[in-house]
Amino acid sequence: MLLLKDHDVALRLVNVSKVFRREKRRSWRRLWPGNGPSLASAVNALDGVTLEVRRHEIFGILGPNGSGKSTLVRVVSTLLLPDAGRAEVFGFDVVREEKAVKRLINRVSVEAAFFKKLSAVENLMFGARLYGLSGTEARARIVAVLRRLGLEEEAAYQPVENLSRGMQQKVAIARAFLTRPILLLLDEPTTGLDPRSRREVQAFVRELRNEHDATIVLTTHDMHEAEQLCDRVAVIDRGRIVALGTPEALKARVASEGLPEPTLEDVFLALTGRHLTDSHHDQEVIA
Amino acid sequence: MRANQWAHEVRASYAFVERNINLIKRYWGWEVVWLSYTIANSLAITYIGAGMERISGQAVDTQFLVMYLLIGTLVWHFLSVIFDIVSETIAWERWEGTIEYTLMAPISRFTHLVGSTLFSLVYGFAHTVIILLAVVLFFRLDLSGANLGGAALVLLAGSMSFIGLGIVAAVLPLLFPERGAQMTHVVQALLLLVSGVYYPVEVLPAWLQVLSRLSPATYVLEGMRAAILDGASFAHLWGETAPLLLLGGVLVPLGVFVFRQAERFAKRTGRLSRDG
Ligand SMILES: Nc1ncnc2c1ncn2[C@@H]1O[C@H](COP(=O)(O)OP(=O)(O)OP(=O)(O)O)[C@@H](O)[C@H]1O
Ligand SMILES: [Mg+2]
Repeated sequence: MLLLKDHDVALRLVNVSKVFRREKRRSWRRLWPGNGPSLASAVNALDGVTLEVRRHEIFGILGPNGSGKSTLVRVVSTLLLPDAGRAEVFGFDVVREEKAVKRLINRVSVEAAFFKKLSAVENLMFGARLYGLSGTEARARIVAVLRRLGLEEEAAYQPVENLSRGMQQKVAIARAFLTRPILLLLDEPTTGLDPRSRREVQAFVRELRNEHDATIVLTTHDMHEAEQLCDRVAVIDRGRIVALGTPEALKARVASEGLPEPTLEDVFLALTGRHLTDSHHDQEVIA
Repeated sequence: MRANQWAHEVRASYAFVERNINLIKRYWGWEVVWLSYTIANSLAITYIGAGMERISGQAVDTQFLVMYLLIGTLVWHFLSVIFDIVSETIAWERWEGTIEYTLMAPISRFTHLVGSTLFSLVYGFAHTVIILLAVVLFFRLDLSGANLGGAALVLLAGSMSFIGLGIVAAVLPLLFPERGAQMTHVVQALLLLVSGVYYPVEVLPAWLQVLSRLSPATYVLEGMRAAILDGASFAHLWGETAPLLLLGGVLVPLGVFVFRQAERFAKRTGRLSRDG
């Protein structure tokens, strides 16, 4: 059906780096006598990230706040250009073959971004048309997916702002699912959801993988979720991958370092723990 | 595959038209407010013409003056609606937080911008016709000698340039999340001043008249007035249409080019996301 350059590796990152710079002082003040060169702060959001996600995997990315998870997802979604390194989706380069990549992917971010006064159906219609679906085709898919998510007909035609946060998040996932991506990027899909909504979203993610041949990359702060849902996880800290493997393998690694029956949370804390004491990783550089 | 790709792009550009129509339906209260304001404003300006004889205490061609001002206010409204809608394409999506989703879709930026543009033309035209109908209730307008076809031609040619300018202005909110939208209004105010919307540009200081010649609105207004007030022929209107086609031919591709560059810049520096 789809022409892919690589059929087995859904996502390949090789040495991907991304630095954000922020001017600290207004540039005109720099000209003022005695002020000297302005200080800019630079953040290494991604620092030589290398990883492979195999087709059909549910791959988790764990990491403390500000560790680079969303940046990684944005680079793969073609929303940020990497400064160095290479990122490929099914063999297509995210920079040079941007459009081919865009056809294969979709992304859901932590905040469900909608036209809030428009209904779920109208928002999904817009999304579907952007991906070239005809009106009839889109409508059929929209009805099916909203029904699958348990959205009642009346709610489907109300402004999205009237829906609960959990429902909005599900509609956001539905929007991504509509375009039948074979790589779906979920940035904290369950953050802020109550336990029931969270389980429903998790079940939907599994269903996407099992029944629709999708590969899923998701970020989360929920260790339990990562353990339950993900085939493999990567732990990222300050833009670097500090561990990668199945949840069991990571636990085994920490167990061998002295903790008896570690949970994934122990793994997380062991690998990123020093973060609690020196969390400031902005580097002062002279611009 | 090619034909398929075309169908895809056409459907995608319709996405913007449909979405904007849906938005209008939801914000219909604002539409009514905005329309009443514009009608009142157009009437107020047109009444300046009607009152001129009394204001100056001298005989003036009131009918001519009324038409002169009316053309100014309607044309300016039409062009600023196009400019507003096209330039707000990005600002609005940034505000709603949907910008990343739209820019992630597998469509060409040209399709994206053309979609917003198509909508602006339809909307601007409908709006202007409604205002005209309202004004007709208050004034007796004599269009017997007017070259309406010629006027339409000039307006259409002028829309191209405004679409181009709108696309360039849309870039500002992409680059400057906070200030961008304010900057587009400054551009618009400048165009209003130099384009001779309510007066001939000859009354402006010489240095401003240089800018007048660069503004597409100047040619649209001169052409529309010649066509409607003097019934100028198509051949005569070519004097205004040619510069408009030239400006449009430069500004639209330039707009798309500038937009693409700005998008790359925003993706390199991380300016697309609100929360970054
Ligand atoms: N658009 C941006 N502009 C400037 N700096 C940014 C931008 N996006 C991210 N950053 C910085 O890059 C670093 C990584 O941010 P990122 O959003 O990728 O982290 P995260 O792991 O997703 O965090 P969280 O768990 O809080 O969502 C942070 O220091 C952040 O401030
Ligand atoms: Mg994040």
